[in-house]
Amino acid sequence: MADIKEIIAARVAKELKDGDVVNLGIGLPTMVANFIPEGIDITFQSENGFLGLGPAPAKGEEDIDLVNAGAQYVTVKPGACFFDSAASFGIIRGGHVDATILGSLEVDEHGNLANWIVPGKMVPGMGGAMDLVVGAKKVIIAMQHTNKGKHKILKECTLPYTAVGVVDLIITEMGVMEITSSGVVLKELHPDYTLEQIKEATGCELTVHSDLKPML
Amino acid sequence: MINKIKTASEAVAPIQDGAVIMVGGFMATGTPEILIDALVEKGVKQLTVICNDAGVPGRGVGKLLTKGQIKTLIASHVGLNPEVAQRMNTENEEDKLTCILVPQGTLAERIRAAGAGLGGFLTPTGVGTIVAEGKQVIHAEGRDYLLELPLKADFAFIRGSVTDEFGNTVYHEATRNFNPMMATAADHVIVGTCSIVRVGEIDPNQVVTPGIFVDTIVGGEMPWQI
Repeated sequence: MADIKEIIAARVAKELKDGDVVNLGIGLPTMVANFIPEGIDITFQSENGFLGLGPAPAKGEEDIDLVNAGAQYVTVKPGACFFDSAASFGIIRGGHVDATILGSLEVDEHGNLANWIVPGKMVPGMGGAMDLVVGAKKVIIAMQHTNKGKHKILKECTLPYTAVGVVDLIITEMGVMEITSSGVVLKELHPDYTLEQIKEATGCELTVHSDLKPML
Repeated sequence: MINKIKTASEAVAPIQDGAVIMVGGFMATGTPEILIDALVEKGVKQLTVICNDAGVPGRGVGKLLTKGQIKTLIASHVGLNPEVAQRMNTENEEDKLTCILVPQGTLAERIRAAGAGLGGFLTPTGVGTIVAEGKQVIHAEGRDYLLELPLKADFAFIRGSVTDEFGNTVYHEATRNFNPMMATAADHVIVGTCSIVRVGEIDPNQVVTPGIFVDTIVGGEMPWQI
């Protein structure tokens, strides 16, 4: 079996369409770039100020002036362009990003998202996340289904919100779930898990789509 | 033409304890290290620093943090510098850091608004979250927005790649980030730049920050640090 993170990243990649402008969060979401199908051309945005983000440079060819939002050395593709942070977030809030892919601490059945602070424990800051989830046309949460068995998909978030009612899709190693006006709908189930297992690992009601498909 | 070129220590000489300083850069990429170093050397304290993040220990505003020179940090993300949490949680009141977190897009736009003469702006970012606490919510065209106010400073530290003697500045790659807005939003703007050229040597089409915004130019910023 492939690594759980790779399973998630590979499935997220299938959500992206030719010509999309996409912003990838730090960590697991960054791996999505490795799974873009042949023939699909995606323009990746880096919110610190460019479009046309490319892969990591070869060792010894790093350019100190060229890092992504996670402060890792990157490259740009032909056709890339640089801009300032105000323009970058104009692109984001203005609805010019087709999809943003982020990890999360919690998501609830109303599409509320909590992924920037654990009061008293971890106060890293929201960075660009609050703008991204409010501005992007599609918000995809890519994360492990539970935190070592503790529910992350909930009836109500317990942590402070990043934004309210913004999540469209949740992709985990167990399945693909859509947030609808009537709650969380399971659309695909990974063949390694049963319906009972995913329901048990989910902290809110999970409606099974009438046309449930295997997550591949 | 006024001579704007100074040494780093001359450039930071007017900065006193308690000053409010904007510092360009994103995880220290695009931060003028020579100006930070001069400020560390000068040793001023109780500073309010406005920067996207806290840099990293040994780079960018992280150096000021290590020396205990920052009283208040206004930033969008501080999680990649472990010293921030240590200083926020210290028992010693003298060293205690106050950290005000602002969404990154809101931070950039508040600075832009200050430099552009706007009284504020409406953003959907932060509605329904703790960022909205104490802020006016304005309903317009079917959507809720937060009223966010401009953010200005006494000084701005800008990192240029090429700057002419008038102050016209070009930024290389991802070093641009917050620098162009910050150059418009402070009373006194200091550019630490990699290369100072004569007026006319920069193609006017390539200028990002017009020289009128720049008060002081310091050369000798390192273009490559690997």
